[in-house]
Amino acid sequence: MDLSWMAWTLPTALFWIGIVGCLAAMCVWEYFSPGGSPRVGILRFETTRGDRLFISLLGSAFIHLAWLGLVGPGLWWAFGISLLYALVVFRTV
Amino acid sequence: MDKTYNNRAWLLVIPVFVLVALSAIIPIMTVVNYSVQDTFGGNQFFWAGTEWFQDVLRSERFWNAMSRNLVFSVIILAIEIPLGIAIALAMPRKGIWVPVCLVLMALPLLIPWNVVGTIWQIFGRADIGLMGYLLSELGINYNYASNVLDAWVTIIIMDVWHWTSLVVLLCYAGLVSIPDAYYQAARIDGASRWSVFRYIQLPKLRGVLIIAFLLRFMDSFMIYTEPFVLTGGGPGNSTTFTSIDLVKQAVGQFDLGPAAAMSLIYQLVVLLVCYVFYTVMTNVGADKPVEVED
Repeated sequence: MDLSWMAWTLPTALFWIGIVGCLAAMCVWEYFSPGGSPRVGILRFETTRGDRLFISLLGSAFIHLAWLGLVGPGLWWAFGISLLYALVVFRTV
Repeated sequence: MDKTYNNRAWLLVIPVFVLVALSAIIPIMTVVNYSVQDTFGGNQFFWAGTEWFQDVLRSERFWNAMSRNLVFSVIILAIEIPLGIAIALAMPRKGIWVPVCLVLMALPLLIPWNVVGTIWQIFGRADIGLMGYLLSELGINYNYASNVLDAWVTIIIMDVWHWTSLVVLLCYAGLVSIPDAYYQAARIDGASRWSVFRYIQLPKLRGVLIIAFLLRFMDSFMIYTEPFVLTGGGPGNSTTFTSIDLVKQAVGQFDLGPAAAMSLIYQLVVLLVCYVFYTVMTNVGADKPVEVED
């Protein structure tokens, strides 16, 4: 099957592999610890670990955009901040 | 009672997953791929990295269009939601007028977007349109093609005319599903009309209002066809919303890379606002579980 129209590149392929990897990891986590571990965190409403992943990914996207718009093209710092942000979200939200 | 779990039920999700993959996931993957490359056609692509994202984020044109979108959506929600609730409350619940009202309300929803734009384009013209002619006869200098305020007012009225009935129908469905016992209890308590609305009807409309709010926000924030047909984004760029700008860039200028970057940022903003709306509306004022002390 010719997928050249999709214009794949290695970085974008790695990006999608990362997203799919996150979803697969969540499935494995859910298998071993079912129920989604709902809890009420600092946002004062109930979230499951799926919600926390969504908040992490969405926030990370905006961290990267803010970095690009305000600082410049080197995204490794933005990536690091996003990882830290995701960790904080999974621990506190 | 214990629930029965059967993981084979996941197989039933496969058709939906395939449909979503074909209609949404694969196109989004392609847009992400395009957003980091440049192309001049012929299926040839050149790596551009994050250049398009930086260009879009630092572009005044993009932020102006996005601001217009936000202002437009706020105005639309501020008009259509209260108006939709008011009309739904005023509609009859029994009798011959129920189907008449429902059909009348459904009519604007059946008209395609480009036809709505064309209707209002003709309707507002001073030479051949009824509204434009009447306004000019009243001495009002109305011209949506050259005056920014006139263009905005016309687009807002057009959207209200087209989509308020969606809010009305959703609210009406919510209202008729409220059991009569609530109203009987309110009558016994001598509740006022406002109290019935505030403490019975509004809380019971919560579910449909969330849907109405989200649908109207997403739709108004992504509006394209009606303003494109009516004003073409003018006068100047005053009604150029992000979607119109996006199409100009992708189709008019064939700048697929910048257009892909812009559409991803646009999508993220829609996703963020919808998530915040949904979370706030489902959590604020939601019924709290009653805690029983032993």
